[in-house]
Amino acid sequence: MAPFDLVALFGTTGSYLVYIAIGFAFGFILESSGFGDSRLLAAQFYFRELRVLKVMFSAIVVAMILIFWSTALGLLDYDEIWVKPTYLWPGIAGGLIMGVGFILGGYCPGTSLVSVATLKLDGAFFLLGIIVGVILFGETAGLINTFWNSGYLGIFTLPELLHLETGVVVLLVTCLALAMFAGFEWLRRKIYGKAQ
Amino acid sequence: MNGLAEKVKYWNPYLGGALLGLLLFLSFFVTSHGLGASGGVHRIAVAIEDLVIPEHVDKTPYIARMAGGDRDPLAHWLVWEVAGIMLGGFVSGLLRGRVKVQTYRGPQITPRTRWAFAFIGGALMGYGARLARGCTSGQALSGGAVMSVGSWAFMFAVFAGGYGLAWFVRRLWQPEA
Repeated sequence: MAPFDLVALFGTTGSYLVYIAIGFAFGFILESSGFGDSRLLAAQFYFRELRVLKVMFSAIVVAMILIFWSTALGLLDYDEIWVKPTYLWPGIAGGLIMGVGFILGGYCPGTSLVSVATLKLDGAFFLLGIIVGVILFGETAGLINTFWNSGYLGIFTLPELLHLETGVVVLLVTCLALAMFAGFEWLRRKIYGKAQ
Repeated sequence: MNGLAEKVKYWNPYLGGALLGLLLFLSFFVTSHGLGASGGVHRIAVAIEDLVIPEHVDKTPYIARMAGGDRDPLAHWLVWEVAGIMLGGFVSGLLRGRVKVQTYRGPQITPRTRWAFAFIGGALMGYGARLARGCTSGQALSGGAVMSVGSWAFMFAVFAGGYGLAWFVRRLWQPEA
């Protein structure tokens, strides 16, 4: 049953080839969707282009439904897939800082890689910034250790938080995504008119 | 400025999103991991640090667990995924004639200003991604799909941060009003 132990199946080098292939598809999809262009990404925050919202939430919903059904049909062992444990406060603080970095810099880490790969200079400066930022964090992590480990809730999922069946939450998240697509599209038309 | 995306023939965003979702599912199904980016960049940054100042890396606990002593920070799946992302982005850009040296920027600012803000934004993004233990890929997409509470809180925080500041820095991106 999935997931598989890639190192046992293909050896270390073989497992890296699988990750290169996954990364290749990831980069290809990001670039094809326009995510190598900071103007399109930043336009999300002015409601002019809604690609970030549409791509992200369609991806989350599609992956969520497939994971749910493959688990329900006994093809996938949900307990074996990697769910990041929740550290609530550093997660929210880091998210806010990243939102600020996103609107100032125009990319997130993954999209900046695609931008650099297509020779965009703004992407290169952004990636250089990331390298400085992660090194700065590594050097100062000791100073904020208490905060960095605060709000720890372990592996904690929405069905547990809401006390609902997983299937019900899958349905709710899907509806939330559809409502956001419609709501943001309505706002965009309100601000910029029907054109496009 | 309207119709920016249509002029350059990008995929329909719902199609791109659906394919990305399928890939994300396959990644979980085959490897047990979701997708990631910032973690791989972090390991590459630590590898550079380890080349220049190895003694210092050995003494700094947070990075020593990746590169202390004989440990190789690059021997990790995320590093290879990052290599793949760059390769895939390059091939996609090449097929569509988008591989060329240029600076994407708002119509009101110079390339120099754009580079400065890109660098500052990148530094904040790098720091924030480590603080949050993941970026838009590792936390928002991957954690979002497996319905992790922390990932959903993180995702709304990113949007809140972006939308909260957007109006104040509109000169960076918007055309003249």
